[in-house]
Amino acid sequence: MEKRVVFRSGWLPWVLIAPQALVILVFFFLPAGQMLVQSVQQSNAFGTSVEYVGLDNFRNLWNDASYLESFYTTAIFSTLVAVLGIGISLLLAVFADRIVRGALIYKTLLIWPYAVAPAVAGVLWLFMFAPSVGVVTYWLGVLGVNWNHLLNGPQAMALVIMAAVWKQISYNFLFFLAGLQSIPKSLIEAAAIDGAGPWRRFRTIVFPLLSPTTFFLLVINIVYAFFDTFGIIDAVTQGGPGKATSILVYKLYYDGFKAMDLGGSAAQSAVLMVIVVALTVVQFRFVEKKVNY
Amino acid sequence: MVERRPLLAVLSHVVLILGVLVVAFPLYMTFVASTQTVDEIIHPPMTLWPGSHLIENYTAAWNGTGGGNGSKAPVGQMMVVSLITALVISLGKIAISLLSAFAIVYFRFRFRMVVFWGIFITLMLPVEVRILPTYQVVSDLGMLNSYAGLTIPLIASATATFLFRQFFLTVPDELVEAARMDGAGPLRFFKDVLVPLSSTSIAALFVIQFIYGWNQYLWPLLVTTNEDMYPVVIGIKRMISGGDAQTAWNVVMATALMAMIPPAVVVMLMQKWFVKGLVDTEK
Repeated sequence: MEKRVVFRSGWLPWVLIAPQALVILVFFFLPAGQMLVQSVQQSNAFGTSVEYVGLDNFRNLWNDASYLESFYTTAIFSTLVAVLGIGISLLLAVFADRIVRGALIYKTLLIWPYAVAPAVAGVLWLFMFAPSVGVVTYWLGVLGVNWNHLLNGPQAMALVIMAAVWKQISYNFLFFLAGLQSIPKSLIEAAAIDGAGPWRRFRTIVFPLLSPTTFFLLVINIVYAFFDTFGIIDAVTQGGPGKATSILVYKLYYDGFKAMDLGGSAAQSAVLMVIVVALTVVQFRFVEKKVNY
Repeated sequence: MVERRPLLAVLSHVVLILGVLVVAFPLYMTFVASTQTVDEIIHPPMTLWPGSHLIENYTAAWNGTGGGNGSKAPVGQMMVVSLITALVISLGKIAISLLSAFAIVYFRFRFRMVVFWGIFITLMLPVEVRILPTYQVVSDLGMLNSYAGLTIPLIASATATFLFRQFFLTVPDELVEAARMDGAGPLRFFKDVLVPLSSTSIAALFVIQFIYGWNQYLWPLLVTTNEDMYPVVIGIKRMISGGDAQTAWNVVMATALMAMIPPAVVVMLMQKWFVKGLVDTEK
């Protein structure tokens, strides 16, 4: 779409664009270019010499068991965060949609976690599950469960997933609620007149009509689990115990800033970039087509 | 509601109340912990009722005089850093996106589409992906431990630019023609017609971007090493150190609560714009 009527000026548009262009060039394109260059270079331990090594960094990643393990960890983490987050919010949204009185109160009480920083959400959950002082840890102990996420990998994973899902429920809930409210009431009424009960209506009408929303949220939640949960991981487990919760972004941060492996972390960045591009393309293709049944 | 099913109505309320309770429980425990002494917390089980040390814990956190082994940066000062950072990021994003969307929509110039796609591509380069080289650039420019370093690298926004572009495309051409007839130049038209028309979009974006700025974690973690430049989200993390027993959990929790209040208030008070902002920025 284009404007029919435009202003004429040779220099003004460039002045208007300059601030954004400057920020993008200096802080986006320049670093991204450097990253691509570094990903095919190897510097020695003192940073005094740099040599071109082709795709060696990528080959090393591929042969690095801990990197593949981090991929596996990320896959489990993001799948569980997305599926649990979407499932719980769908349940809440479907019931909230049925309620006539007090709906706004429930909505307000459910959306505030969106405002909580991931790192702060992590601290909240860390406190409840802290091995020696946590309230939930104590209750679990009474029930005979020995909770110590500092030693037990699966428990650490469960804890970061709980914190990540808790923070994302509000977002999913709002989108599901909007999706539910846009389903024509006449469809639901027609099905009710034909004798379909609430469960049957949900299964055969509501859920299929929500599928665009669900698919959209799936992509958004995977992006969230991949990138925005860094704060949760860093606050709760620092990737541990061992490497049990070291997702790709955390490993990239660790290798780049703690282990100072420039070439390796640049190669990791490049791999992550490919993942972002793929996810963005999926998201935009979907938005253009507006999948509907 | 298409039919009367009292049982289902009751079930709806039960499920939602359970949901609200589970969502609110961590917040409640945070509040309870922030009203106790350290001794009361480290001897489990901690009570589920608020204690009597609310004022002293919050004062200790605000002034940075809490116990524990971690960082003791005063929360009052960290909140100021967070507030400035969040405001500069949100208002900066809105300002530069308005300007570039105006240029892209209302002018014809060479490389217009190149500029457009250049902005679009930044969507695919989140900070998390290019942290190390971006850190090097910021460090070379001497912007570590400064507001410029905390905010400017996060200020470019493809989503905001698109949002305004979409909106400008729906503004009737007659308005431009009328403005021209009245002798208004492009900047006058921008200031007196376009910006006022965009006020709802601006409010919606502001809510989303303010929260985004306030909640930044990875980037401030890298560029701030001085305690007096810590945003509050970083400060909380640095207050937890050593084992459970060495952390002044009461002060940490008081800090966490204070860190949550500004963005939560923005979301709850501006709920309408918040929802609009969420929906608009993702489409």
